[in-house]
Amino acid sequence: MSTLTQSSAPASTPIVKPAAQIRSWKIPITFGSFAVLSLFLFVVLGRGLRGELSTFRLSEGRDLIQLPEVALPTFATGVFVAVVLVLMAAASAWLVYRHTKIPIVLTILFALLFLVGFLAWAASGSTIPVPGLLIGTVTLSAPLIFGALGGVLSERAGVVNVAIEGQLLAGAFSSAVVASATGNPYLGLLAAMVAGALVSMVLAAFVLKYLVDQVIVGVVLNVLVIGLTSFLYSQVLAPSANLNSPDVFPRLNVPFLSEIPIIGPVLFRQTIIVYVMYVAIALVYFGLFRTKWGLRVRAVGEHPQAADTVGINVNRTRFIAVTLGGVISGFGGAYFTLGAVGAFNKEMTNGMGFIALAAVIFGQWHPIKATLAALLFGFATNLQNVLGIIGSPVPSEFMLMLPYVVTIFAVAGFVGRSRAPAADGKPYIK
Amino acid sequence: MSATTTTAPAGRDSRMDGSERWIQTLRDITGGSAMISVLAVLFALVVGAILIAFTNERVQETAGYFFSRPTDLLRAVWDAVAGAYSALFQGSIYNFRATNFLTAIRPLTETLTFATPLIAAGLGVGLAFRVGMFNIGGRGQMLIAAGAAGWVAFAVELPAGIHLIVAILAGLLGGAIWGGIVGLLKARTGAHEVIVTIMLNFVALYLIQFLLRTPGALQAPGSNNPKTPAMAATAVFPDLFGPRYNLHAGFLTVVAATIFVWWLLSRSNLGFQFRAVGQNPSAARVAGINVKNVYLYAMAISGALVGLAGINQVLGTVTTGFGSGIDAGIGFDAITVALLGRSKPWGIFAAGILFGAFKAGGFAMQAAEGVPIDIVVVVQALIVLFIAAPPLVRAMFHLPTPGTSRKPKIRAVKTRQTNEVVAK
Repeated sequence: MSTLTQSSAPASTPIVKPAAQIRSWKIPITFGSFAVLSLFLFVVLGRGLRGELSTFRLSEGRDLIQLPEVALPTFATGVFVAVVLVLMAAASAWLVYRHTKIPIVLTILFALLFLVGFLAWAASGSTIPVPGLLIGTVTLSAPLIFGALGGVLSERAGVVNVAIEGQLLAGAFSSAVVASATGNPYLGLLAAMVAGALVSMVLAAFVLKYLVDQVIVGVVLNVLVIGLTSFLYSQVLAPSANLNSPDVFPRLNVPFLSEIPIIGPVLFRQTIIVYVMYVAIALVYFGLFRTKWGLRVRAVGEHPQAADTVGINVNRTRFIAVTLGGVISGFGGAYFTLGAVGAFNKEMTNGMGFIALAAVIFGQWHPIKATLAALLFGFATNLQNVLGIIGSPVPSEFMLMLPYVVTIFAVAGFVGRSRAPAADGKPYIK
Repeated sequence: MSATTTTAPAGRDSRMDGSERWIQTLRDITGGSAMISVLAVLFALVVGAILIAFTNERVQETAGYFFSRPTDLLRAVWDAVAGAYSALFQGSIYNFRATNFLTAIRPLTETLTFATPLIAAGLGVGLAFRVGMFNIGGRGQMLIAAGAAGWVAFAVELPAGIHLIVAILAGLLGGAIWGGIVGLLKARTGAHEVIVTIMLNFVALYLIQFLLRTPGALQAPGSNNPKTPAMAATAVFPDLFGPRYNLHAGFLTVVAATIFVWWLLSRSNLGFQFRAVGQNPSAARVAGINVKNVYLYAMAISGALVGLAGINQVLGTVTTGFGSGIDAGIGFDAITVALLGRSKPWGIFAAGILFGAFKAGGFAMQAAEGVPIDIVVVVQALIVLFIAAPPLVRAMFHLPTPGTSRKPKIRAVKTRQTNEVVAK
């Protein structure tokens, strides 16, 4: 991100931002903090784990190709990882000192190593089922990814979408009701999309026609949907259970692909909702960056005046983008009822929409990056489940906390001033 | 909230004669914000009534034979709606069925009790809004403040009075630190406050959960439940009107906080900087305001105010010991309160009391009429939505537009101000 601020700074406000040429020490500092953390966790706390083994199970029992389990000595692995991380932090500091850009590969490698060290330390004396960990990650990320994609689409068109939570919840509710009433879960999916679209159409109408503050409408729509669904749940669904017992989608194995070691079970033994998710990610990316329509959406989000000048109908383009975003988010809501639980419950999205919003910002309003951010949160959630089963060397709450702390560090260290679409949140008045 | 949103009288010509002025005044009143607020509340209540009627069993029953005996349906609708709303009123303001005045007025004190933390947290969120930041971290800030204040209240022994003050200060400090982290990170690294506050909510939750099950920290001695012991009597807010009412002195701290925020925003140097940064951070920077410090101070004060809500929960409302659910969703409700109060201190105060009334009445309605309290949430959301969209309400009721010539300009400026919140 430092490059972004560097390149934009001299052009816009040269007086107040003399920092244009100053080295950014953010990444070395972040690396350093993680290196110190790993020294503390893996070496200082890890001393007591000498002689223990951490086992990584790489295959599930029903896989065709069985990979052997990998057993690492906990303490030695920890020391190795910590030392390498310290060296990498030093290397990044040296690179910054030399005014050299830190390659992204270094960051990814750093994160992966830290993860391996952390898992080895956390799993001392027991076995981590790697495929299970990753399968759950993809599954749990599904609503986040749908929500984030919906948010990206809407915000790229210049409409801040705080209502993701409401769209997810509306999707969850209507998919449960329709799927139960008709006995057809596919109709439930359709209903989820319609419900999400309706919520975002209200958002779009208030924002585009009545020029109400976009954050206000978003927050209020969340509250409204929470209230409506909870009310209808208590009054209508709870007394008559046959309206709230949809069939859950089974996991479908994709032939051949699902037998690829590790990747197969993770990506290709999922429900139809996850398969649709792959398509949605590709479609949103392709639509936004490779089509005329996407160019228009982005133009409307960055500079509506310019877009208007060349004949693009700003508000119509925004309306369509926001509605499509609602369709996608609403579809993600169906995950809760048709993909996981099998029944609607009050406030069952439980703040996932806000995490999806965080993923949008963390992912810098880019569909692929937002997907990755959502996957990170999904991984964090699932790590809690897995570690909860195998037990961990420190109080479980700190394990649960760690992903969120890591996110804060990451946002502070790497992402920094993420730049929203220029006209995001601003109404366009001709 | 109507009082805060009244528009300034349009610059009228002195040449206007009496009748013209009268017509203009009428136009301003009927089209102005006070009227809009009233209509928004009315309309939200109507929508709520429709929902109540539609989901009422008796109504559904009578609708089956509507064409043979339509009066049955109408009576059922009337019974359902009137029953619910009269329960709502009697649960929140004045209980007509009570035998004497002191019992009859009890619902009003309940309203104020429920309003207390809502106002405090609403002030915090609203203050952040004014500086152009979106504080969704109410949950975390409340939990940390409640933990700090609660720990002082049950683990430290101090004389009465001082104990209470120390406990409050500890809570305020806790909230200020938790909010200050956000401001610091935003100022130093540019980390987006929405992400950081959401993440800190989880961090605070797990931290408090850990402390609640750790003997010697927050857990009650000799207990296995994740719950604190009861607060010491020296550190509890005294009852304002004696033991028959739940209303406690915490309400006074909230009044004081409202006055403080009003003074801060409209009378102090720092508040001027806050508002300047909220309106345009670049211009504020050019004008010599240290924007980074403003972010830090604003989030710290915002966190302390939200923390005051947590303090009120543990030292006033739930003094018998608390668990990790002590925030009771107030951190999120506060966002709506702040929006309804238009981020102005007295507006938030009024909005908090309105929402407190809805909460108190909602529980009464649920108990008396079996209408789920969630309907109250729907009505609240609709009120905020309609108040936020005056043109919509005007269009629905065919009201004139006040000061037609200046409207678009003002509206454009307004939306731009508030949009700073997320458009960072």
